[in-house]
Amino acid sequence: MEKFKGRVWILGDDIDTDIIIPTEYLALKTVNDMAPYAFSPLRPELAGQIKEGDIIVAGKNFGCGSSREQAPEVIKALGIRAIIAKSYARIFFRNSINNGLLLIENPDLHDEIKEGDEIEVNVGEAIFANGKKYPISSLPENLLDILNAGGLVKAMRRLNGLED
Amino acid sequence: MGSTLIEKIIKNNTGIDAKAGDIVTVNVDRVMIHDIFIPFVAEKFEEMGFKKLWDPDKVVLIYDHLVPASQVDDTRHFRIGDEFAAKYGMKHVHHSDGICHQLMTEAGYVKPGNVVFGTDSHTTTYGSVGAFSSGIGYTEMASILGTGKLWIKVPETIRVNINGKLPENVTSKDIILTLIGDLGADGATYKSLEFAGDTVENMSVASRMTISNMAIEAGAKCGLFSPDEKTAEYCNVTLDDTMKNLYGDEDASYCRVINYNAEDFVPVMACPSQVDKIRPVSEIKEIPIDQVFIGSCTNGRLEDLHNAAAVLKGKKVAPFVKLIVTPASRKIYREAIADGTLSILSEAGAMITHPGCGLCCGRAGGILTDGERVVATNNRNFLGRMGTSKVEIYLASPITAAKCALAGKITD
Ligand code: SF4
Repeated sequence: MEKFKGRVWILGDDIDTDIIIPTEYLALKTVNDMAPYAFSPLRPELAGQIKEGDIIVAGKNFGCGSSREQAPEVIKALGIRAIIAKSYARIFFRNSINNGLLLIENPDLHDEIKEGDEIEVNVGEAIFANGKKYPISSLPENLLDILNAGGLVKAMRRLNGLED
Repeated sequence: MGSTLIEKIIKNNTGIDAKAGDIVTVNVDRVMIHDIFIPFVAEKFEEMGFKKLWDPDKVVLIYDHLVPASQVDDTRHFRIGDEFAAKYGMKHVHHSDGICHQLMTEAGYVKPGNVVFGTDSHTTTYGSVGAFSSGIGYTEMASILGTGKLWIKVPETIRVNINGKLPENVTSKDIILTLIGDLGADGATYKSLEFAGDTVENMSVASRMTISNMAIEAGAKCGLFSPDEKTAEYCNVTLDDTMKNLYGDEDASYCRVINYNAEDFVPVMACPSQVDKIRPVSEIKEIPIDQVFIGSCTNGRLEDLHNAAAVLKGKKVAPFVKLIVTPASRKIYREAIADGTLSILSEAGAMITHPGCGLCCGRAGGILTDGERVVATNNRNFLGRMGTSKVEIYLASPITAAKCALAGKITD
C-alpha cells in the first residue's frame, strides 16, 4: 500500500457542497475554472493557498448537501491528496471514490492536530501525526476495485474493452 | 424475521433476500438527469466508451435549474442536452415544465416499488410514493446509462412513527424540520428513513413529498412511505399484491425507532445557516425580514399555494417585503390559475415566477445580498445558497412563510 506525507488544512463539521463549490460557479466550463472558488463562502483565500499534495482534515459529515460531483473534483483539481474526516455524507463519499479521491475516516485526528502540521498517511493502515499513530480501517472490496482502477470512468472503459 | 420497507423493495428488484449491510447490484427502473449536470453526464458517458443507452425510455432529462436562463453560458447546457437526447433516441425531455422532482412523480415516471436514481440529492422525494430513489453523481449516472445497474449497500432503517392529529397551522414541513433537528444533519447518514402511523396515512401525497424531499437533509439515503390508495390515485396505478406488501414489518430489524405524537408538533424554522438548527417560531418572533420565497420541490405544490393563499386572502404583504411565489410545475401553475389561487396571491402583492428551481439554488429571480433576511419554504439554508454568504435564510412551511410576509417579520 502506498505512503505519503502532506501539509494539513483544518476544516470543521458539516462542510457542505455549497461551501465546497457554490452553485453560481457550477456552470463554468471546466472543473479547473471552478477550482479557484472552492470553499469561497467559508474561506475565500483557501483555494489559492492549497498546494499539490496537501491534505484536508475535517470534522463530521464532510460533503453534505447536493449531489454535485464537482465537489470532489475541485478538491482534486486543487491538488489535495486525501481527505481525513470524522465522517462523510454518502453521495460525496461515492463521488469521491468514483473520481479516485482518497477518503479516510478517523474520529480523533481532527481534534488533536493543527493547521500546517505535516502528517504521514500509510493507506489502509495508519496515519502518523506529531509522534502519534492513528489506525485506519480498509475500504470494502468493491470500492477498492474502483479506486485501484483509477476511478469509475476507467473501470467502465475496461468493461467496454477500451483499456486493460 | 420480517423485513424493512427498503429490504422489500430491494428483494423485489434483485430477487436476493438482502438485509441491511449487504452490498447488492440493483436493476434501475428510471433515471433523472437535470440541466446542470447533463454536459458532465454526456462527457463521461462517451469517455466510458458506451455506444448506446441501456434503455432510452427509462431516461428522463429535465431542464429546471437553468430555465429561464439567467446567464448567457447556461444555454450551452440546453444545446448539449438536446444533442445528447437526439443522438441516443431519448424521448422524455422536459424543456420548461417544472422542477425535476415534481415532474418525476407528477408525469408518471415513478411507480411504487421502483428503483430510481437522479443526479440531484433531493431525488429522495420519490420515497413519498413508495419508490427507492436516491441522488448520485454524474459519473455514476453515466455508468447507469450504459449498464442499467448500480451497486448499493442496503441501508439500515430508522423507523419514524407519527400518530394523532396535527395542530392547526402545522404541516408536514414542521414534522420533517423537527425530525432533522432531533436527528442532526448527519443523523440518518447511509440510512433509510421509514415513515408510518395514522398521521402519515391521513396525509396527502403532496405532504409526504415534502418529508421525503428533506430526508437527505438528515443525510438519509431515502425517505420511504408505504404506497396506499392515495398513492395509487396520484401515480395512476392499481395497487397489485407486490405493491400492497410494501410496508415495514413490525418484526423487522430497525436500528432505531422514533415515536412522535402529532399533537406535540408546533410551527418551526431552520435558522441560519444549518438545516438542523431548528427553533419553534414562537421563540424567534419579531426578527425583521426582507423577502419571502414560497416554492421549490419541497413546498411548491398546489396544496402549498392553497395554504399560503388562505393566509394572504384579502390582505397585503408588508410594503418592504418582496414575496416571490414559484409553483413547482406548469401543471400546478395552471391549476392555481384556474382555481383563482394565483389571483389571490398576486392581489396580496406576490411576484409569481415561472415554474423551476429559480431562487431555490440562488441562480435566478430574487437573489439577496449581505445582511438581508429571507423566510423560504425550500430545503436548504446553507451559506451563499440564495445570494451572498451573508444572507440569512430561515426555512419554514408555506403557512408560516405567508404569515411572515404579512407581518414583515418572523411570526407564527
Ligand atoms: S427546487 Fe431547489 S432543491 Fe429542488 S431541485 Fe431545484 S434547486 Fe434543487
